[in-house]
Amino acid sequence: MSITISGMTKRFDRTEVLQGIDLDVADGELVALLGPSGSGKTTLLKIIAGLEWPDSGRLQVAGQDWLQLAARDRRIGFVFQHYALFPHMSVRDNIAFGLEVMPRGQRPSRAQIAAKVDELMAFLQIDQLADRYPAQLSGGQRQRVALGRALAIQPRVLLLDEPFGALDAAIRRDLRRWLRGVHEATGSTTIFVTHDQEEAFELADRVVVMGAGRIEQIGHADDIHDHPASPFVARFMGATVELPVTLAAGRATGPGLDLSALPRRALPDGPARIFARPADIRAVPDPAACWTVSSLGSTGAELHLTATKPDGTEVEVQMPRRGAPALSRGAPVALRIEAAAVFPDSRRDHAAPVLPLRKEIAR
Amino acid sequence: MIAAAAPIRARRVLPGFTLSLGTTLLYLVLIVLIPIAALILKGAEIGPAAFWAIVSSDRAVAAFRITLTAGAIATAFNAAYGLLMAWVLVRYDFPGKRLLDALMDIPFALPTAVAGLSLTALFSANGWFGSVLDAAGLQVVYTIWGIALAMAFTSIPFVVRTVQPVLEDLDTSLEQAAETLGARPWQIFSRVVFPAILPAWLAGCTTAFARSLGEFGAIVFIAGNLPFETEIAALLAYIRLEEYDYNGAAAIALVLLAFALVLLILSNILQSWAARHREATR
Repeated sequence: MSITISGMTKRFDRTEVLQGIDLDVADGELVALLGPSGSGKTTLLKIIAGLEWPDSGRLQVAGQDWLQLAARDRRIGFVFQHYALFPHMSVRDNIAFGLEVMPRGQRPSRAQIAAKVDELMAFLQIDQLADRYPAQLSGGQRQRVALGRALAIQPRVLLLDEPFGALDAAIRRDLRRWLRGVHEATGSTTIFVTHDQEEAFELADRVVVMGAGRIEQIGHADDIHDHPASPFVARFMGATVELPVTLAAGRATGPGLDLSALPRRALPDGPARIFARPADIRAVPDPAACWTVSSLGSTGAELHLTATKPDGTEVEVQMPRRGAPALSRGAPVALRIEAAAVFPDSRRDHAAPVLPLRKEIAR
Repeated sequence: MIAAAAPIRARRVLPGFTLSLGTTLLYLVLIVLIPIAALILKGAEIGPAAFWAIVSSDRAVAAFRITLTAGAIATAFNAAYGLLMAWVLVRYDFPGKRLLDALMDIPFALPTAVAGLSLTALFSANGWFGSVLDAAGLQVVYTIWGIALAMAFTSIPFVVRTVQPVLEDLDTSLEQAAETLGARPWQIFSRVVFPAILPAWLAGCTTAFARSLGEFGAIVFIAGNLPFETEIAALLAYIRLEEYDYNGAAAIALVLLAFALVLLILSNILQSWAARHREATR
């Protein structure tokens, strides 16, 4: 089922959670909504599910207006962040729930339901858990049961809220591959919410980066990594070093910065900012430069150093230790930036916080 | 050479464990256990034949029957109304909610005699409610309905206060999950919400029933206390005591105690049953 969202807004009290969302998802596509907490990604997912209602905008699924349908009539599979398994029902009863509550006319017979549940449990590799209760399962097992319960009603759209958020790192990687397999086997249109870039890029066909109620960028991993569409995306993707530069004829220059590695860009002359990852910066000894090394450490493979300018600006640098020039604390250095995104200054970007956005820490 | 070290003793964070536990146990023994033991001993002195004669006398049987029937009516009413009350207090926001929540404790705090007096005044033939009901041919005061009314008044908080916390803890995403799976509102309630609060609800009803069987102060004003008609067991025990018939009083009290104990054990079994699938789900 293809999904078309247009002009969607939503506010809770005074906070504008969604500020005009336009998004198309093709039939059978696997899309990730990626963003920090408070970016509105879960709200958007819940609106598609019918668990929240927008203030304005349209939601069309396969040509049908879903804002006229209650959640129970949309036939979606929704996997909750903390699974929301029914604690007083066994795994088998949890998975059968969506079939048991169907109206009498459509409901399969008892034997058909049992067969369907058995088939699903075998498919999800949880058949040995059939008679256990949710409290007796591990996180990864609960995740599988939650997915089984959602898949039992053959949903037209599968929605997952932080599907791996509550799991250990090792189980996450396993389940990610497994979920991709499930998606390919069922062919359903799938949207999942995550704040973990690696998860989004590894799993999804397309990633939608959201920030503060807007879609900042839609694309594939390499696109978003190399060509962030906005300062927000650049920061979110780890380009935490932000420096003022001057643009002239498409080239950026800045005090103590070697920006010759950056390609020429079709940008207007004037003040601008560059966003770079610490790993894309090299410190080069230069007695005339205005940066000095203020701290220096090593992880064995990498040198981690902080370069400081007299006005207090600090830049973090991570460079391979092998082949690095001899550096010591207090040494004057120039910063050579291998790759960076450049954005001309505009009013909106000035208003944006200068502090780097930290990656959300998984609970 | 290492000198013999002093044995290591784990230190408790809070001091005085022995003292506080001792005080608690002493209090429990003095206030609860010794009176109950005395009652049981007194009952044992009577001897089985005499005990049975007292307990199975027509007047005593009638008193037990009236107490149990009225208690059952009151509990049935509280089971429905208490569940609704807890639901409203947890699930909806409205002005005066906190006040209503606080009012729920009035039956706990109000002297039961005061409750009995005001109920009698309201429901007597010339009271506000009584005059209307009397015109409709219904008499509440001096009937078993009056007894049930007084019991319902004093025991309603037990149902509300047991169901309320469980309902508050209930993860609303369970209901959302049921809705996305196609369940209608009544299916969500009967298959997801109700099973989750059922043990607490039953436990609350059991305690309310136990409380109803023992209620005295509120009932004596409204019941009329006619032997074989509106005389409750607790009152009969009191009358026997007034007549210096200690054995009669003790035997009836023992039966009441047995009811209370059975109900208390039942309530505890239900509570632990409630905890069985708890934890973990979130």
